[in-house]
Amino acid sequence: MKFKLLVALGATLVFSGAATAGATLDAVKSKGFVQCGVSTGLPGFSAADEKGQFTGIDVDMCRGVAAAIFGDPGKVKYSPLTAKERFTALQSGEIDILPRNTTWTYTRDTSLGLNFTGVNYYDGQGFLVTKSLGVKSATELDGASFCIQAGTTTELNLADYFRANKMSYTPITFDTSDQTVKAFEAGRCDALTSDQSQLYALRIKLEDPKSAMVLPEVISKEPLGPVVRQGDDEWFNIVKWMLFAMVNGEELGVTSANVDEMKAKSTDPNVRRLLGIEGVKGEWMGVPDDWGYNIIKHVGNYGEVFERNVGEGSPLGISRGLNALWSKGGIQYAPPVR
Amino acid sequence: MATDKPTQTSASKVALWRLPAFRAIVFQALLVVAIGAFGYYLLNNTLQNMEQRGITTGFGFLSNAAGFGILQSLIPYDETYTYGRTFFVGLLNTLLVAGLGIFFATFIGFFVGVARLSRNWLVARLATVYIETFRNIPLLLQIMFWYFAVLRPLPLPRQSINMGDTVFLNNRGLFFPRPVAEDGFGLVWLALLAAIIGVAVLARWAHKRQDATGQPFPIYSVGTAVILGLPLLVFLISGAPMHFDYPALKGFNFKGGLEVIPELAALVLALSIYTGAFIAEAVRSGILSVTHGQTEAAFALGLRPQVTLKLVIIPQAMRVIIPQLTSQYLNLTKNSSLATAIGYPDLVSVFAGTTLNQTGQAVEVIAMTMGVYLTISLLISMFMNWYNKRKQLVER
Repeated sequence: MKFKLLVALGATLVFSGAATAGATLDAVKSKGFVQCGVSTGLPGFSAADEKGQFTGIDVDMCRGVAAAIFGDPGKVKYSPLTAKERFTALQSGEIDILPRNTTWTYTRDTSLGLNFTGVNYYDGQGFLVTKSLGVKSATELDGASFCIQAGTTTELNLADYFRANKMSYTPITFDTSDQTVKAFEAGRCDALTSDQSQLYALRIKLEDPKSAMVLPEVISKEPLGPVVRQGDDEWFNIVKWMLFAMVNGEELGVTSANVDEMKAKSTDPNVRRLLGIEGVKGEWMGVPDDWGYNIIKHVGNYGEVFERNVGEGSPLGISRGLNALWSKGGIQYAPPVR
Repeated sequence: MATDKPTQTSASKVALWRLPAFRAIVFQALLVVAIGAFGYYLLNNTLQNMEQRGITTGFGFLSNAAGFGILQSLIPYDETYTYGRTFFVGLLNTLLVAGLGIFFATFIGFFVGVARLSRNWLVARLATVYIETFRNIPLLLQIMFWYFAVLRPLPLPRQSINMGDTVFLNNRGLFFPRPVAEDGFGLVWLALLAAIIGVAVLARWAHKRQDATGQPFPIYSVGTAVILGLPLLVFLISGAPMHFDYPALKGFNFKGGLEVIPELAALVLALSIYTGAFIAEAVRSGILSVTHGQTEAAFALGLRPQVTLKLVIIPQAMRVIIPQLTSQYLNLTKNSSLATAIGYPDLVSVFAGTTLNQTGQAVEVIAMTMGVYLTISLLISMFMNWYNKRKQLVER
């Protein structure tokens, strides 16, 4: 897979001509689906279920984009990628969007030829330890070994945290999060470190989830969001406003259940603009006028997406916290559709 | 003018482009220019495309601070060092695995290859089973198998297997005391150097004497005794200027001493067992390529079986074995890049993995990594070709 990607990157960079604005949307329309880069299996974010269907909060980003363009959230194909492969896959044009629990950082935004379109999950790095280790806080982890996934901000944060606290540590780096879990279970490391949401997701994968616990410390800011290639503003707008539409939908109380009723009866101009009935045109970013309606109808508003995949009703059972709307104590906020 | 140079006249009879030698040179030159131009076009286009897509290019990133830790490093390293340093850390880890792997694979290969030809039915069958099993299972699976086979049964650090309070084994690795040289240890090195030079001189003399008189000299046993004995003697006389740094359990794991991480053990084990099976077949084919008549002739001359093997069969078998051995060494070195599957920090895992991902400079990083494997492989190849030439049949 890795090799294939590198060849693809090499081939596109070496042989192809220049990228132009609008190219991605045209290509997506002509092939009839969105190619979506997801993780190799992270419950709640992007994982295939027993029927081979991908689900998760990241998967819903791609479904939202497909709904906005085609009015059909099923027009998505998935490319499972390791953390190491993800940027190469996007740069090479192998995928159209990368919503793969990817942290927005300065380096990635400015030097990789990529753009972050927004934040679909505000996360922070934490530690998972076995209860039998008897550790209650990350500050007791001096000298411990950590299983980490390669090519993540986690690797850097871990180094920063231990350096800042003048503690020593041993990193053991694997390609996929599955491998980190296996090594953690085999006792190769004392703790597994990753974004907190992931720790809850990976804990479910343990043979005995109750034997492990997540430590209270959060050692970093990890704003996760969908990424697109730099230089195609139209596509950038579509992905960005797809997420904004979901957040606005929750704020305005539009859900997948009541969206048809709202469309028929609502007199609120904010709702009418979001659903494409009046005021704004979809063609400004190259999609049908009812793009907002399609996203909420087929995928749901942000609150629904969150609850369904990672929320308190899901196996992960994560509370909204930072990811609540700005009006409800969180920091999820979207510019208005007008 | 034309009269004093008859060759020129004869050449001028034929047009230059009709000369085969000239045409050959022109076409080859054209081909080189065309390939060069194509290469330049590709490079130029790549750089242009990367520029347009806003991807940073160049090797400036090598001097930026890396900011991540690495499990095993043979040179001083921590997260404040540069990305350039991670290149060398990864490179040395790769060389370590390749070196150890080649050593053990050669050992296993020769042993099993000879065993397969044994007249003992059981030994020969066991060797066959070994070869057919390990040669036919994908290497990646074997690496994973050994990793978890090594890791699972071992205890946690606090329940380490304790061997005389000096060597400890747990699922974080094998820990043993590290010898630390004190003042005056330099003498021991000097003694070792002197012993090696002395043995080399002795070997030359023994060889000459045997050529002249036919009288053999037990150079191997004497040489070993001198090389081991002289430094040891100096060491004891100078009052044993060395102490050991013992590993001790501190917090989560052992500190101090030397450490062999399970990733290294699993990788070396898998690589040498896998490649050893191939080398065994190369050895077997080499030995079988020496006709039985050679053995019979040697016996007829009154040589003992041991001497026959050493002086008649092996030198001739080596001519067949070495080229195959070269390929296997190259394979092993390149296969060591599978290390990334079990988290051993080799060049591919550290540099073409983490560094690539943190900097995003795929083209530069991959080019450097490919350059390294190419260089290592060419060096091994060069050495083996040189060795092959020395061992080849000298035709008189």
